[in-house]
Amino acid sequence: MALRTSPEVGGMGHSIKRKEDPRFIRGRGTYVDDVQLPGMLYLDIVRSPHAHAKIIKIDTAKAMAVPGVLAGITGQDLAKYNLHWMPTLMSDTQMVLPVEKVMYQAQEVAAVLATSRYAAADGAAVVEVEYEPLPVVVDPRKALEPGAPVLRTDKKDKKDNHIWHWEWGDRTATDRAFGEAAVTVKEDIYLPRIHVASIETCGCIAHFDKVDGRLTVWMTTQAPHAIRTVFALVAGHVGLAEHKIRIVSPDIGGGFGGKVPVYPGYVIAVAASVLTGKPVKWIEDRMENLQADSFARDYHISAELAASKDGTLTALRIKTLADHGYTDAAANPSKFPAGLFHVCTGSYDLKAAHVEVDGAYTNKPPGGIAYRCSFRVTEAVHTIERMVDLMAHQLGVDPAEFRMKNFVKPEQFPYKSALGWEYDSGNYAGALKKAMDTIGYADLRREQAEKRKRGALMGIGISSFTEIVGAGPSKHFDILGIKMFDSCEIRIHPTGKAIARFGTKSQGQGHETTYAQILAEELGIPAADIQIEEGDTDTAPYGLGTYASRSTPVAGAAAAVAARKVRDKARKIAAHLLEAAEDDLVWEPGKFSVKGTPNKSKTIQDIAFAAYTNHPQGMEAGLEAVSYYDPPNLTYPFGSYICVVDVDSGTGEAKVRRFVAIDDCGNIINPMIVQGQVHGGLTMGLAPALFEEISYDEIGNIRGGSFIDYLLPTAVETPKWETGHTVTPSPHHPLGAKGVGESATVGAPAAIANAVVDALWHLGVRHIDIPITPAKVWKLLREKGVTE
Amino acid sequence: MLVKLSINGEKHEADVEPRLLLVHMIREVLRLTGTHIGCDTTHCGACTILMDGRPVKSCTMFAVQAQGKQLMTVEGLEQGGKLHPLQEGFMAEHGLQCGYCTPGMLMTSYAFLKKHPSPTEDDIRWAISGNLCRCTGYVNIVKSVQYAAAKISQGGS
Repeated sequence: MALRTSPEVGGMGHSIKRKEDPRFIRGRGTYVDDVQLPGMLYLDIVRSPHAHAKIIKIDTAKAMAVPGVLAGITGQDLAKYNLHWMPTLMSDTQMVLPVEKVMYQAQEVAAVLATSRYAAADGAAVVEVEYEPLPVVVDPRKALEPGAPVLRTDKKDKKDNHIWHWEWGDRTATDRAFGEAAVTVKEDIYLPRIHVASIETCGCIAHFDKVDGRLTVWMTTQAPHAIRTVFALVAGHVGLAEHKIRIVSPDIGGGFGGKVPVYPGYVIAVAASVLTGKPVKWIEDRMENLQADSFARDYHISAELAASKDGTLTALRIKTLADHGYTDAAANPSKFPAGLFHVCTGSYDLKAAHVEVDGAYTNKPPGGIAYRCSFRVTEAVHTIERMVDLMAHQLGVDPAEFRMKNFVKPEQFPYKSALGWEYDSGNYAGALKKAMDTIGYADLRREQAEKRKRGALMGIGISSFTEIVGAGPSKHFDILGIKMFDSCEIRIHPTGKAIARFGTKSQGQGHETTYAQILAEELGIPAADIQIEEGDTDTAPYGLGTYASRSTPVAGAAAAVAARKVRDKARKIAAHLLEAAEDDLVWEPGKFSVKGTPNKSKTIQDIAFAAYTNHPQGMEAGLEAVSYYDPPNLTYPFGSYICVVDVDSGTGEAKVRRFVAIDDCGNIINPMIVQGQVHGGLTMGLAPALFEEISYDEIGNIRGGSFIDYLLPTAVETPKWETGHTVTPSPHHPLGAKGVGESATVGAPAAIANAVVDALWHLGVRHIDIPITPAKVWKLLREKGVTE
Repeated sequence: MLVKLSINGEKHEADVEPRLLLVHMIREVLRLTGTHIGCDTTHCGACTILMDGRPVKSCTMFAVQAQGKQLMTVEGLEQGGKLHPLQEGFMAEHGLQCGYCTPGMLMTSYAFLKKHPSPTEDDIRWAISGNLCRCTGYVNIVKSVQYAAAKISQGGS
């Protein structure tokens, strides 16, 4: 995209430095735990050591004897206000504090309110809880077996642990295609439970002012407006009406999906503040964060792929078992219990596909949120990219060549997938070719062949993913009935400077910079002259928040549309000032001039001043606009990643030697920020591919509940990412942009897994579930007789 | 228990519980909130500060252990209205996103560059491996430290 503004204006395409950085590099950000209010109380939470147990008795007497402790709070206390249960985003129910039994290890059991952080922790440590352990169900397959203990005894008619069945696609056509296929491959793929582990944990300060009946909550949330409405719906019966609730989302230390849900701690803090009339702070520690906050993934996938004799892919069939823990608290659009998993035909022109997903209850924490990913898209991409690779290897065709043959072609866009999505645009072969050229694919294959002769294990893996982001069009996308639009409100001040507010909330993405650039592009006002604000529900227009890469596709579009409304009014004012007809005016970023007489012009700053001092008769004063943007379609960013790994045949360690990522997110707002997003996304693709997993033993004890054994990659394990891009603008987005924050997280794991399997294929290895740890690979190597 | 210490060149004293963690003293008693808490097990490094010039993780030290020590936090990097080359570097090279790990990264890098003024990329990666970042993928953090090293060697600070 050609630059339309000068670097001083800093519109789209300029790598301007971030406006948020000056406060962060000085330690002057304001995160939730930095907020300290006079008279503030502290909340600490007692958690269950059992994965499934009946609560016989909770005794807070010893806690009350601790100096500084003011109250012990139990489920019985909340039950008086009917606040001991709350609804989940998926219309299931979740305990705030239990009355009868606990359902997972680390579940909230009681809370202690005290005058200091330390007193609250002291109190929580001596709350006495008597449990009667119950049979534990950890494996979702066992949960669905006849005779399995029914976990949700709170649901009167529930006779099993099955939550829902969901299917999509044409079963008959798919079965027929499999019947006619010359070649089929089948694989069981498990995408384990993982955790976003943003470096800032979750927390809040709830402050209920008893005099004016207003509740203010500073909280770690990616979706402040939705939270306000949820609070009003859940606590309306105790007098919290929506106009009396203000949610403030201050600086957020990483979100990645983990700060979308409403956790019990927030609700207990709110209840405690409403009862005491004092500010109440609750900040979880890292172990609470990893053990009790929403997890991601936990999909047991069984996939089959069919092809004709000449290697043309024909059909995909998937059955999946989704482990949701004890409640379905996933953060998906309401109509999609398995998220957008049905984008699983990926970048390939398949004629038929059918997907089935079944949800199951187990004795694990609730969740099913994203891990820096649009609603289950990583699950979809990992499946199709593993299966395509498997098919290519099975047919003895180079995986790059095989992909090129089966890609949806550029001329097929807009492309209707076999599962009903309308892909807006794409050039998949272009991205793969660029990735191959950048990494030197042919040379690498020669090197691999040569090394293999010597017994060295080297693999090359490809992932040519298609994302689906920017939820979403109101016809299909809502959360608890609220349509998934997003918003921008712009006010231009008399001196030509501006403020714009949004319904989204940055957690590190750099919205203060990129939104200003969009407005600079559309209005010609320098980005430096535009203040961007988000996260305060008292001032920002209503929006659904930042997750699923929706900020640029939805709120970014709202910014462009609102700016164009401003420009429409500016044109009228310019015509008045220049005594010209509106149609005779020509716009270039920053000014209107009269057609044919370019020196007769008015800048946007002149016009802004006139909007308050010299506006035309009959026109209202001021220069402002608001847009609630309802996207006509989702956007479909894509890319091709190629990874080279060397596997140590002695230790089983797979080391990423090179990784080339070619992304296409349409038109780019700020290249520096896009590259940063891709770097971060790739690292959160590497992490679950090689290191991260939260698993449980047979009685539901969590393994991976602290940074001691939940392994985030450090700078040493993280390779030096090589990035690049192609540009295929979205045809329906006002700026041709698509969103990029999650592409790399979605695309990278398959490239790494494919590379490791590629390194071991000749030994008979067909699949390895992520995380591909040295122990797993070493075991395989030993089985194959490569190592002792 | 009375703790006397110096932080960013200013003398402070406070009567604290012997078990008060140093990070809580810095953040909640002295109200310097640039130092963050990201884990409780000394893994993430968000709480890294300098104690007599050495980087320490202030979430696993008691305030009383800082008795008589010279501390430096992120708030002490800027001198006389002039940013430290590391601060400039992190901004110039897009070495931060959410900003939460940044103060710890800056302090670790500060101590590292004092000892190793001309590091290799591998040296830098090892030096910051006790500080976790979830946003940036480290590539630009390494560049930020290289930027500062170059600037300091040219007499930038």
